[in-house]
Amino acid sequence: MDYAFFLEVLVGGLLSGIMYSLVAIGFVLIYKSSGVFNFAQGTMLLLAALTFVSLTERMVNFWVAFAITLMIMVVLGIIIERTVMRPLANQSLLSLFMATVGLNYFLEGLAQGVWDSAVHGVNLGISNDPIFLIDKFPVLGLDIIVSYFDMAAAGIAGLMILGLSLFFTFTRTGLSLRAVSDDHLAAMAVGIPLSRIWAIVWAVTGVICLIAGLLWGDRVSVSFTLTSAVLKGLPVILIGGLTSIPGAIVGGLIIGASEKLGEIYVAEWIGGQGIEHWWAYTTALLFLMVRPTGIFGEKEIERV
Amino acid sequence: MFYREAGKLVGSFGKDRRMLPLLEDRWLAVLFVAFMYFVVTAIASDYMFTAILIPIMVLGVATLGLNIAVGYTGQLSLGTAGFMCFGAFSAFNLILRIDWMTIPLAFFLSGMIAGGVGIIFGLPSLRIKGFYLIVSTLAAQFFAEWVFNAYPWFLNYTSSGVVSLPMHHYRVFPGQENTPFNAAFWYSSQGRYLVTLTVTILLVLACKNLVRSNTGRNWMAVRDMDIAAKVIGIPVAKTKLMAFFISTFYCGVAGAMYCYCYIGNLDFMIFNLRRSFLVMFMVIVGGLGSILGSFLGAIFVYAWPILITRGSDFIFGGGAIDTAFIENNSKIVVGTIIIVLLIREPGGFAALWSSSKQKLRVWPFAQ
Repeated sequence: MDYAFFLEVLVGGLLSGIMYSLVAIGFVLIYKSSGVFNFAQGTMLLLAALTFVSLTERMVNFWVAFAITLMIMVVLGIIIERTVMRPLANQSLLSLFMATVGLNYFLEGLAQGVWDSAVHGVNLGISNDPIFLIDKFPVLGLDIIVSYFDMAAAGIAGLMILGLSLFFTFTRTGLSLRAVSDDHLAAMAVGIPLSRIWAIVWAVTGVICLIAGLLWGDRVSVSFTLTSAVLKGLPVILIGGLTSIPGAIVGGLIIGASEKLGEIYVAEWIGGQGIEHWWAYTTALLFLMVRPTGIFGEKEIERV
Repeated sequence: MFYREAGKLVGSFGKDRRMLPLLEDRWLAVLFVAFMYFVVTAIASDYMFTAILIPIMVLGVATLGLNIAVGYTGQLSLGTAGFMCFGAFSAFNLILRIDWMTIPLAFFLSGMIAGGVGIIFGLPSLRIKGFYLIVSTLAAQFFAEWVFNAYPWFLNYTSSGVVSLPMHHYRVFPGQENTPFNAAFWYSSQGRYLVTLTVTILLVLACKNLVRSNTGRNWMAVRDMDIAAKVIGIPVAKTKLMAFFISTFYCGVAGAMYCYCYIGNLDFMIFNLRRSFLVMFMVIVGGLGSILGSFLGAIFVYAWPILITRGSDFIFGGGAIDTAFIENNSKIVVGTIIIVLLIREPGGFAALWSSSKQKLRVWPFAQ
């Protein structure tokens, strides 16, 4: 086996896994605080990226467009919380999930109805050049190539996670968020305003969607296919456990690496390319067979 | 105003346990089936058959299949289209490769094959619960999309990726060549309609009987709380796998019908994830855990874009409104209806139907 090549594939996979983690973090935030599995994540990503791109194409300054989109996403998050989530509070997990599937359809129609369904490019000014890490690993004596863009995306994801964990640990709102995620009723009993917390979570998710949407948009162009990001994020959070942000990162790394390695080494063996999609889910399935609630997931205690 | 249940006394357990205990219901059912067989077959146009009746019945069967898993057993499945794909390809290969194969047998066997696949992908449900389970059915969906693309044998090495189903495949019973019901008849839209209608009625009857039998009650017990079900002695593992088997059997037959009766060709591209979600919408809109609801949901979700197109053609003249607008509009409306239904009427159209029946019963006296 060619170790340099193997390592290159592995590193490429890990870095693209970070992109999946970006999507997954949005999922985790909402699931953690309100117990909703937000299937509309991918479409929110599309909506954010599409709004941003359409604004910049209409000669709006980069930062102005960013601010406007940010505001739209925050307002959208609050509206979703008001109109969809609040009336459905305390419903079964299944109907909440269905509601987000409906929301997904609604936003899909809205995003493409308000803007258009053409393919847009977005340029964040991050170069896509490869970096040659020659002689960087003198011990191993290997030469590997990684993409600068992937490194930058990983950096942004790292910053976001750092910010989120600081927010969760050191602010009053973050503390309330953790309380709500622990137990809705107990949190309400000590006077935490549940609806306000949910509104904050949906707004924060809107911000994450914008950042992830732009990074994904730069990578694969802004078009309808961006909604499939949700399908990349799904196995990631399921491996990591639905309630854990570190889980989203670890899950992303595992899925990314497994996808790329599987595409190189397994696809050849079973005779067919393009196994990425189901391979990611099979990997997730294997992990879940060992740990049914993901690596960092909370084990639920059930009583009759 | 409306016929009522009260005061209809029965004299034996057998009569009490009938599928439709009310005489009026039985007459309505018989009249409806007779109408579908004799009147509709005689008067409906080709457009009516191929664009409305057949697809609604086919999608209704798929919805019923998904409803067995989601609505009756509480096992979330997003792989419906994938299982339909397995059914469609099984039917095609059975008919292509076995000389004496007939369409009804092929449909049955393709349902069995899809059911076998369903059991395999349902196995993780014994260990994984809740949302984590969608990984398994999504794996099935993507695996189906991949495997029929990667191995051209399944498509009989057709380079274009789409096989047009030939007329000689439409062999419904042995020795049909010298009767008026030959391959040409079954190939026509009328013949396809009759096949679809018969299969649909049989599957609905089977499902109706399943859900009021021991099996169905076990499904619902597992759905409501599987640990409690286990405590009272219901074999949870067997029940779950049974539900997956029956559910994917229905999806498999629906997939086979989708190709043979509806579109008339075989193409793995149509069985994509979007179709899975479409079927999921039909389940939600129609009502979880309802047979009637499955078909109401199929009618609504399928017919809505057609209604908008037709309506706009009627009002503004043909082609006045572009298709993208209609598509976006129907997405927005369907999404809104799903959310509103979940908030206002979680039982879907089926619950609306039963509550309106109740209103009719007491009208005009009580409110």
